Amino acid sequence: MIEKLLSNLDTLLLLSCAFGALGCAALMLVLRQPMRVAMALISSMLFLAGIYGLLGVHFVAAFQVLIYVGAVMVFMVYVIMLLEVREHSGPLYSRLLLPGIAGLAVLLVALIAGIWRPLPSAAHGTGASGYGIAAFSVAFLDEYWLLFELTSVLLVAAVVAALAVIRVGRAHAGGRAHG
Amino acid sequence: MDRTQLLIGLAAALFCLGLVGVIVRRHVLVMLMCMELMLNGVNLSLVTFAQQSGTTVGAVVVFLVFVVATIEIALAIPIVLLLVRAKRTLDLGAYNDLKG
Repeated sequence: MIEKLLSNLDTLLLLSCAFGALGCAALMLVLRQPMRVAMALISSMLFLAGIYGLLGVHFVAAFQVLIYVGAVMVFMVYVIMLLEVREHSGPLYSRLLLPGIAGLAVLLVALIAGIWRPLPSAAHGTGASGYGIAAFSVAFLDEYWLLFELTSVLLVAAVVAALAVIRVGRAHAGGRAHG
Repeated sequence: MDRTQLLIGLAAALFCLGLVGVIVRRHVLVMLMCMELMLNGVNLSLVTFAQQSGTTVGAVVVFLVFVVATIEIALAIPIVLLLVRAKRTLDLGAYNDLKG
C-alpha cells in the first residue's frame, strides 16, 4: 500500500501543484484587492516552480522563484504599497466580461481539443539529467551565446528607457509647478 | 491523458485565464499581473515541449522569456506611475484619451 502510494507520489504531487496553480490563477479574476491578486499570482508561480522541480528542470524552478517571485512580484507588491491601493471602488469588470468569458470558453475548448490527440513520443528523451544546469550552461554559452549577449544589450536598453520615462515625468511635474 | 497532455492543458488554461484577465479587469496593476500569468503559461508549455523533444532549446527560450518579463515590468511600472500621477486613478476607464 505504502509502496504503491510512494510510486504514485510524483503524479500526486504534480496533480496537486497543477490544481493549485490553476485555482490561484482563477482566483486572480475574482479577487477585488490588488494585493490579494498579487498574492494569488505569487502562489500560482510557486506551484509552477514545484511543477518544474517535479519535471527535473530544477534550474528553471530556481529561476522562477528568484526572478519571478523574488524580483518581479516583489516590485509589483512595492508598487501596490507605494500607491496605497486598498480597494478598487469602481466596477470590477469591464463591459467585455461576457464576450471575454465566451471567448475563454471557445479558446479553451479549441486548445484542449487540439492537445487531446496523443502527442508523438519523444524521439530521444533525455529525462531529468538532460536538463541539468551543466547541460543548459554549455548549450547556452556554446550555441546561444549571441542571444546571451543580446539579452544584456536589451537589459541596458530597458534601464535607459525606464530612466527616460522617469525623466519625462519629472519634467512634466516641474513644468506644472512653474506654471 | 498522459503527463505531457496534462501540462500542456494546464499551460493553455493559464494562458486563457491571463488573457481573460487582461480583457475583463479594469485595474491597471491587475492587468499587468494577468499578463505575467500569460507568460507563465507560455513558459510551462515551452518547458514541457522541450522535455518531450529532449532538447535544451526550450529552457534557453524560457530564460529569455524571464528577461523579457522583467524588462516589461521595469518599463510598465514607471509608465503606470506616471499615469496614476496624471489621472489620480488606476481605473482603465480614465485612460480613454490614450486612444489618440
